Amino acid sequence: MVKRLANFLKHSYLGLVLLFMYAPIAILILFSFTDSRTMSKWQGWSLGAYEKLFADGAVWVAVKNSVSIALISATVATIIGTFAAIGIYSMKKRRRMVIENITQLPMVNPDLVTGISFMLLFTAIGFTSGYLRMLIAHITFNLPYVIFSVMPRLRQSSNRLYEAALDLGCTPMKALTKVVIPDIMPGIISGFILAFTLSIDDFVISWFAAEGVQNISIYVYSIARRGIPSHINALSALMFVVVAALLVIVNLRSIKQEREAEAQANKLRSK
Amino acid sequence: MKNTIKKAICLALLVLFVLGSFSLSGCNSKETLYILNWGDYIDPDVIAKFEAEYGVKVHYDTMANNEEMLIKLESSTNIYDLCFPSDYIIEKLIKSDLLREINKDNIPNIKNIDEQFLDLSFDPGNKYSVPYMWGTLGILYNTTMVDEPVDSWGVLFDEKYEGQIYMYDSMRDSIGVALKYLGYSLNTRNEAEVAEARDLLIQQRSIVKAYLGDTIKDAMIGGEGALAVVYSGDAVWCVDPEEGNPDLAYVVPNEGSNLWFDNAIIPKTSKNPELAEKFINFLNDPEIAMQNSQYLGYSTPNKAALALMDESWLENEIYNPPQEVIDRCEIFHDLGEFTAVFSEAWDEIIY
Amino acid sequence: MKRSVFATPYIVWMIMFIVIPMLFILYSAFIKDGQFTLEYVRQAMESPKYMNVLLRSIVIALISTALCLLIGYPVAYILSNMKKSTAAILSMFFILPMWMNFLLRTYAWQVVLADNGVLNMLLTSLGFPKGEFMYTQGAVLLVTVYNFLPFMILPIYTVLSKIDRSHIEAAHDLGANSIKTFFKVVLPLSVPGIISGITMVFIPAITTFAISRLIGGKNVALYGDLIEEKIVSSGSLGLGSVLSIILLVLVIISIFVMHRMEVEQGNEEGGTLW
Repeated sequence: MVKRLANFLKHSYLGLVLLFMYAPIAILILFSFTDSRTMSKWQGWSLGAYEKLFADGAVWVAVKNSVSIALISATVATIIGTFAAIGIYSMKKRRRMVIENITQLPMVNPDLVTGISFMLLFTAIGFTSGYLRMLIAHITFNLPYVIFSVMPRLRQSSNRLYEAALDLGCTPMKALTKVVIPDIMPGIISGFILAFTLSIDDFVISWFAAEGVQNISIYVYSIARRGIPSHINALSALMFVVVAALLVIVNLRSIKQEREAEAQANKLRSK
Repeated sequence: MKNTIKKAICLALLVLFVLGSFSLSGCNSKETLYILNWGDYIDPDVIAKFEAEYGVKVHYDTMANNEEMLIKLESSTNIYDLCFPSDYIIEKLIKSDLLREINKDNIPNIKNIDEQFLDLSFDPGNKYSVPYMWGTLGILYNTTMVDEPVDSWGVLFDEKYEGQIYMYDSMRDSIGVALKYLGYSLNTRNEAEVAEARDLLIQQRSIVKAYLGDTIKDAMIGGEGALAVVYSGDAVWCVDPEEGNPDLAYVVPNEGSNLWFDNAIIPKTSKNPELAEKFINFLNDPEIAMQNSQYLGYSTPNKAALALMDESWLENEIYNPPQEVIDRCEIFHDLGEFTAVFSEAWDEIIY
Repeated sequence: MKRSVFATPYIVWMIMFIVIPMLFILYSAFIKDGQFTLEYVRQAMESPKYMNVLLRSIVIALISTALCLLIGYPVAYILSNMKKSTAAILSMFFILPMWMNFLLRTYAWQVVLADNGVLNMLLTSLGFPKGEFMYTQGAVLLVTVYNFLPFMILPIYTVLSKIDRSHIEAAHDLGANSIKTFFKVVLPLSVPGIISGITMVFIPAITTFAISRLIGGKNVALYGDLIEEKIVSSGSLGLGSVLSIILLVLVIISIFVMHRMEVEQGNEEGGTLW
């Protein structure tokens, strides 16, 4: 009885927090189906916001930039970062400490300061390509997160694997790709997902680092300062649906596998 | 180990150097015109028409205020070919030698511009700039919330309207409001006068709802405030019974106000000045100028465009202010070193 | 060939895009027209208003972090005690909003909190008087907490779900009740998660000028606004750089202190987001 009450309380708490997190999103989605200037009155159902959204070229450029930068920067950061983690892991203590500390810098550095430092660098060397500026900035702030996701896995994996592979005649590159990397794969994947998330979510660093290029954040910021256009509701709704679908697809398989494993374990136990 | 680090640093510097000398301009097959402008300050259809007519691409970015625009233009990595800053910023850009002289042979449509908007003090002879829009700064008020006749900036400092006043998030405009109310010049170089304006605005903060940018328009149309400082062009649509809110009215106070001009300029760094000139010429085509001006609500200096408009526009005193209103207004000038005094006062007000 | 060469591309990258850019900030903070200057430092220190803004921002960031921890810890704890597969699905729901862009989440609240917004619509339809929510400190806090809550929940959840159940069982076997077990065993073991949660919330909370601009209307100007304004709209690069360095030094000191605490706790590995 007490346990049931406790469970009920736990579940309602989770429900409340989820309500807090989803209520504003739900409201945006609801209002994306009406086309009124102010949101004080419900003015009937309409797909006007979606029409406007599809007619607005700037939004789609921004979406394309956000997604492509997130994908490319996460991929590049994952590759460089994984090799870096492997390399750093094999270093001597002192040197490793120095590099690990510098690597922490972008993580603890307020994103505003990181963004400004990029702005100063790019201005000083006269580098004008806005897209590449944004991409470089994103790769840089993603790198530490990849490295620190891979590192714990390396600690768990055995050093001897690599050496054994070398003894068996593998080249270092081959030993790495055939033996070490498969072993630390979960760390690499979570590093990639983390990098992707942070890149999609970033506003401040992009704001300073890029010039003449807009991603979703910069677009919404500049437009929200001017008022509340209804097609942003439609954009949010679409983003949400796509993101939710992606997450479900990504997670469904692993959940299924886990379920099966659990069922297997239960079977064994009951025997 | 020292050696590897040295090598790494050398390699890093080398790559940075290569990055710097690497330019992306060769990547686009179509000619691209880079424009930097205010938010909501051109009819998107005008850009589309230009792109179709000349077979080029327009890259259009927006800024929130004059100071931001100035910094973009001063930066060594400025990529823009065309920009529309206000009078005092143009004055400063000319002084800093950042603008390119405009070749008027490429802009025959300049003949359509009313002479009273040419050869103004910030750019004598229009060597560097071509007028784009102009207007005044004034008070937008909601007649259902403000009963008294509004004709003075003083109403913005009246405690009766606590929590219903929006100020404009722009240093020169906001301090300018206080200066005018106190009877001083917008271009004062007297520290005591600026300090007096500053104290007035600090005192006013407790009754101000917020310092906002372009969001003011929506807030006022939505009836979320009684009084706001806005530009005339924004006011035109705010008071419109269909697009805006019929309860709103706009006034340029008796103490005088700011008369401003936003002109088209071409930075020295522009890689495509001829295309920029083509665009300026295109903007001054009477039909295009009319379409753009009516879309925005901002007044056009193009007299050929005005000639095409019907009476309702010409009689609209916000859009086409009578001479006595213009006469009591003042144009901003670049304050040079004295800008620092304004910035400091602004910091005190905001933070 | 030594394995450490694999880190070379990263080291080059790091020098180019972490070390050199930071040197540029130092340069613009202390060099004017090719000469060393303390003018910007003087400007930053001279007027108390900059320090006041910093203090105000720290207080607001601290309150938001504390609220995130208070709301987020129980969530992570409850999740970690659930069946693995259920927890996996539920934790997905906490990740999802992070994939919606930060600005879109902030914008959603603009719609909710506006004078004629959804919240007031609800209030008036229930017969309550209208409230004013936009441009207040409370609104800025609310939106900050909303935006950064997932960044608190996830690292704590990761750490909690890795705790070996046998520790807890052992505590129970030794006669500790649930509350005692929680405070003596679970909480100390979850410190790394708490620390990474705090860093992931506190640092961005000090500097997000987007929230204070869009939700605060300059009434709640934060340190981030100040720096952004100095660098982007008033062109005082030197002063802006000094202000950034002050912030960075402050953050590094607090991280250092937190790490000390962590080491004293005997934990070496930090919690990660996943």
